[in-house]
Amino acid sequence: MEFRHRGDRDERNELPMTSMIDVVFLLLVFFIMTFKISAQEGDFNVKMPKPGEGVASESTDLSLKLRLTADDTGQLSEIVLNDNLSFAKDWGAVRAKIVEMVGDEAGPSDEDGPEVEIDLDYNLHYIHVIEAITAVTGYRTGDDVVKLIDRIKFAPRR
Amino acid sequence: MKLGKKRPPAAEADLTPMIDMTFQLIAFFMVLINFSQSEQNDKVTLPTSELAKPVDTPIDFPIIVHLTSEDAVVIGGDKIALESIASRLLPEISLLKLENKTAGDATIIIRCHKDAPGGRVQDLINRCQESDLGFRNFALRVKEEI
Repeated sequence: MEFRHRGDRDERNELPMTSMIDVVFLLLVFFIMTFKISAQEGDFNVKMPKPGEGVASESTDLSLKLRLTADDTGQLSEIVLNDNLSFAKDWGAVRAKIVEMVGDEAGPSDEDGPEVEIDLDYNLHYIHVIEAITAVTGYRTGDDVVKLIDRIKFAPRR
Repeated sequence: MKLGKKRPPAAEADLTPMIDMTFQLIAFFMVLINFSQSEQNDKVTLPTSELAKPVDTPIDFPIIVHLTSEDAVVIGGDKIALESIASRLLPEISLLKLENKTAGDATIIIRCHKDAPGGRVQDLINRCQESDLGFRNFALRVKEEI
C-alpha cells in the first residue's frame, strides 16, 4: 500500500515571471515620467505682402484695416478699425462690428470674401495679435465655431 | 505504517490581472507619447485662442519655426539668429526639391512666444519671403483656450 503521492504529478511548468514584471514596470515608469498633458493646438493662416508691395488684394469684396497701437511696454493701447472707428481695447466690440459688417450666416469665402489687414506697432506683444485674429476670425457658440473672416493679412511692418 | 507529511500549498498571488492591467497602461502611454521634439520648445509659451482647433487635414510640408521671448529663432532644435535663418532653411528647400516641390509648397508654422514683439513675426515672414527662400504659406500656431 502506498500513501505517498508521486512527486512528479505535482510538478508544474511555471515560467519565471519576475524578470518580465521587472521590465514591464520599468517601461511603465518610463512612460509615466515622460507623459505630458498638453492642450490642443491650432493654426491661423496669414499672408503678408512682400516689402514694397502693400496694396490690398484685388479679389476681395471687402477690405478692412485693423490698426493696433502699443504702449512703451508692448501692451495694447488702442484698436482702430478702418482708420476711423476706435474701440479702445474692447475685442468684443470689434467682433460685434465685424459681424455687423460681414454678417455671420454665410460664413467666409476663401476666394473673394472679406479680408482683414492687421497693422501693428513693432513692439506690440504677439498675444494681442492673436487676440485680434481671434476677434475677426469668428467666435464660439457652445461647441460650434461661427466663422467671420478667414483671410488675414499683415500690413508691411512699421 | 508511515504516512508522508502533507505540505501546505504554497501561497501564490494570482499575478494575471495585475500583469493585464500593467500592459493596458503601457499600451495607453505608448499610444499617447509624443517623441517629436521639433514641435515643442520649453521657451515658447503659445498664446491661447478660443478658435484654436487642430487642422482636419495634415499640412503636407510643415516647417516649424519657434520664436522665443529672447528673440531667438529655433528650427529643429537649432538656435539661430533671424538674420542667418537662410542657412537653416536652404537644406529644407533642397529636401523639397528632391520631391519635386518648391518652397511655395511648404508651410512655415510659426510658434511664437506670447510676449515676443509682433514685429518679429513680421520680420520672420519677410525674411522667409525673400527671393533666395521664396516661402509663401505661413501659419500662426496657437493653443486651445481651456
